[in-house]
Amino acid sequence: MIDQSPFRRSRTAEVLVKGRLSPSELAQRVGHSRRDFLRDAAGMALGTTLMGASPFVRGQTAAKRRKVIVITFGGGARDQETFAPEGQENIPYLMHQLIPQSSFFTQVTNHGILGHYVATASLTTGVYETLNNFSAIPPQHPTVFEYFRKDLKRPPSDAWVVAPSNGFNRIGESECRSYGPGLGARVVLPKHLLSAATSGNTTDYEHLLRDNYENPLYVPQIGGSEFELQQLETILKLSVDDFRAHARTVSSPDELSVYIAKRLMQKESPSLLWITMHDIDIAHTGAYSLYIEAIQRTDRLCAEIWKAVQSEPEYSGNTTLLILPDFGRDADEDPGGNGFQHHRTGDAASRTTWMIAMGAGTRPGVVYDSPLQSIDLVPSLGAMMGFSPTLSQGQPIKELL
Amino acid sequence: MLPSSLQAEQFAKYPPEARKLAAANLRALQQLPLSFLPGLLREVIDFDFKFPAERNAIEKELANLSSLSQAEANQWFQEFTQISLSSKLEHLDWVNQPGQFLEQESAYLWATHQLDAFRKAATDYGDRLRSTLLVEQIPVRRIGIAVIGQGVASYDGPLFRNLRKHGTYFRQVKPENGLELLLTVVADRAKAHPVPYGHWYVDGGQAVNHSSFMTCVQYRALEPVRVALLKYMQTEIGRPGMGPEELRTNLARLKPSDLGMKGGDPVLDRFQVKLFTEGSGTQIFSTTFAQWTAREALRRAQPLTLLVRFAPRQRQRPMNELLSGSPGNPDLDFTGSLIDADMAAYYQWINQQRLPGSEQSSFIVWFEDHSQALAIAPSLPRGAVSNSVIDLGELLSLVIS
Repeated sequence: MIDQSPFRRSRTAEVLVKGRLSPSELAQRVGHSRRDFLRDAAGMALGTTLMGASPFVRGQTAAKRRKVIVITFGGGARDQETFAPEGQENIPYLMHQLIPQSSFFTQVTNHGILGHYVATASLTTGVYETLNNFSAIPPQHPTVFEYFRKDLKRPPSDAWVVAPSNGFNRIGESECRSYGPGLGARVVLPKHLLSAATSGNTTDYEHLLRDNYENPLYVPQIGGSEFELQQLETILKLSVDDFRAHARTVSSPDELSVYIAKRLMQKESPSLLWITMHDIDIAHTGAYSLYIEAIQRTDRLCAEIWKAVQSEPEYSGNTTLLILPDFGRDADEDPGGNGFQHHRTGDAASRTTWMIAMGAGTRPGVVYDSPLQSIDLVPSLGAMMGFSPTLSQGQPIKELL
Repeated sequence: MLPSSLQAEQFAKYPPEARKLAAANLRALQQLPLSFLPGLLREVIDFDFKFPAERNAIEKELANLSSLSQAEANQWFQEFTQISLSSKLEHLDWVNQPGQFLEQESAYLWATHQLDAFRKAATDYGDRLRSTLLVEQIPVRRIGIAVIGQGVASYDGPLFRNLRKHGTYFRQVKPENGLELLLTVVADRAKAHPVPYGHWYVDGGQAVNHSSFMTCVQYRALEPVRVALLKYMQTEIGRPGMGPEELRTNLARLKPSDLGMKGGDPVLDRFQVKLFTEGSGTQIFSTTFAQWTAREALRRAQPLTLLVRFAPRQRQRPMNELLSGSPGNPDLDFTGSLIDADMAAYYQWINQQRLPGSEQSSFIVWFEDHSQALAIAPSLPRGAVSNSVIDLGELLSLVIS
């Protein structure tokens, strides 16, 4: 949903913000704060002092085997609940396990529409998409999956998306004529799988089926079909009974997504795997404790995926993992918003996020302050994996080249 | 149609007082840009159902606009005139449906990457308006009170973390009869300063006995309204083609009588309906309802006194189950509700500080039936801890003295 909150600003007194900074200054300040937090907490080095030869040079011989996993830390999380001193308790796995091994980019700005589907679509295309956030329609520009498969002549099984069910079933491939149908990623929607596996009788599993936190009272129909069941049995090699049994043990949709992602890694070993988390977006209901719990869960799940990378022979040693939120959430002080609850104001806190790059070809323990845009991800993946995202409007991240 | 073509008869469908107000300020309205005017008309069209503080603000804003020469108006609205809108937007009935216009304008601004420019224009306009208008003295120092943690037997986590640096943390408060003591002092204030909608008591559960001089909003009493709304939403969601944005538009049209409210205060009834139709999560969680009510009461009615008592919310349940409004007493999440309310108290203080007289205002948050409280007042040190043994009545007297 696109909110009208900016319209409220003109008639809302604002006495808290004094000496107002420009949006770019604010974004920079947010980014620098993250660097300071990390420097204090993890003793990481500042990237500009370490710039030198490309970390990917040594990896080129193994380029054919390279795997890339992208996790969008979906739903947006703010500094004060994550990297700020008071928030670090919520992300122990990121802070103590993943970030010390990673290159951390402190300032990733999303200049596009702050809705989850459209923002994730923009991340996959490298163009700020303008599609309706609530419609199940494909991105207008070619996705990273299409560039990857077409340029490198990879089979459909080599690019997968695991995503929440809200519209994301069309995220695998665009409507672009020169790419599009047949060249995209396979998309698995765990909630669709669950719906199919329970034949619509979801009484025991309803806690996993909620969707679209942006408007918590709107629940789109989730339809499972034969195709989903085939995915379960032929691709994931998972019986319906086993899947159902496992679903009963997980507490959230993202846990189910990670279970499916790990299964895909075992059975299909895709070279490009994109996992979109969504639990954090429960913040839209206004319950702060649930938002915090979701951050803690997502933190744990990111570490779980990294652990799976280490334990899977196909991935161990040759995988680059990228973790980034699709965007942030509104600042407490912005009178046009309601703090953590939404991401509607377009303020610096809602647009500015971070990115973790770890594993093959990255420099561990380095913090980079240089400003990036979220659309820079696709050209960077192109540079890493050897394809040309010609229609992307972002720039390759030089620190990853 | 553009604003310059506005005629008085086009306000014929407005409620009486709104119609009169718009017609009286026609010349001023005609010179406003389309990117701005519907935002103002959205306020004007509801004038008959506005709180006194809102009416006062609208009248002052219109008086200021009427006082501007054409050259001055051009200067004031230069940034808004640079926003480009589509011809489709120009053809909408923005006079009679300003809210719908704003939804579409908002979507258009996001899609055309003009949101940041609009945001800046709105902020600059608001700053300029505030610097032009005289701030009226309020008759008594403003005070906010948050009572959190109802029903929580014990909690070891830190409380009031966001507020501690702004006030004094009392750790030996006598909890006996705390709520009654607070309500007694508040009632005395309401009686001594009988300002319409000037003294509020919001309860996230069932309100306790309170002074008739206070405006009371309570979650429990609104249960029939909430149930009627959920039923309406279920019906709407089931209609073909219905999406979140259409649903939101339809919700915005609901009147108190549509949800079974009869014979009450029309201003307060409209306010309460909007809490459910415009709030996100207010329909589900009582903690969110109380937080959003406090925010909207402060933003709109600008009360001199606001006491918000949070009640335990229901445990997070699957959205489908919640939507169906299934009978029975749901489990309560006491600790989660305390954490929600702790953050909500911080937001209550932030929103209070946006109002005139903030430098003299006071705030108390108390962990109900426990000995922890935090008080913010001009007379109290910031970031301090007090071991004074004090009851709630004495503490309140201390901050308002």
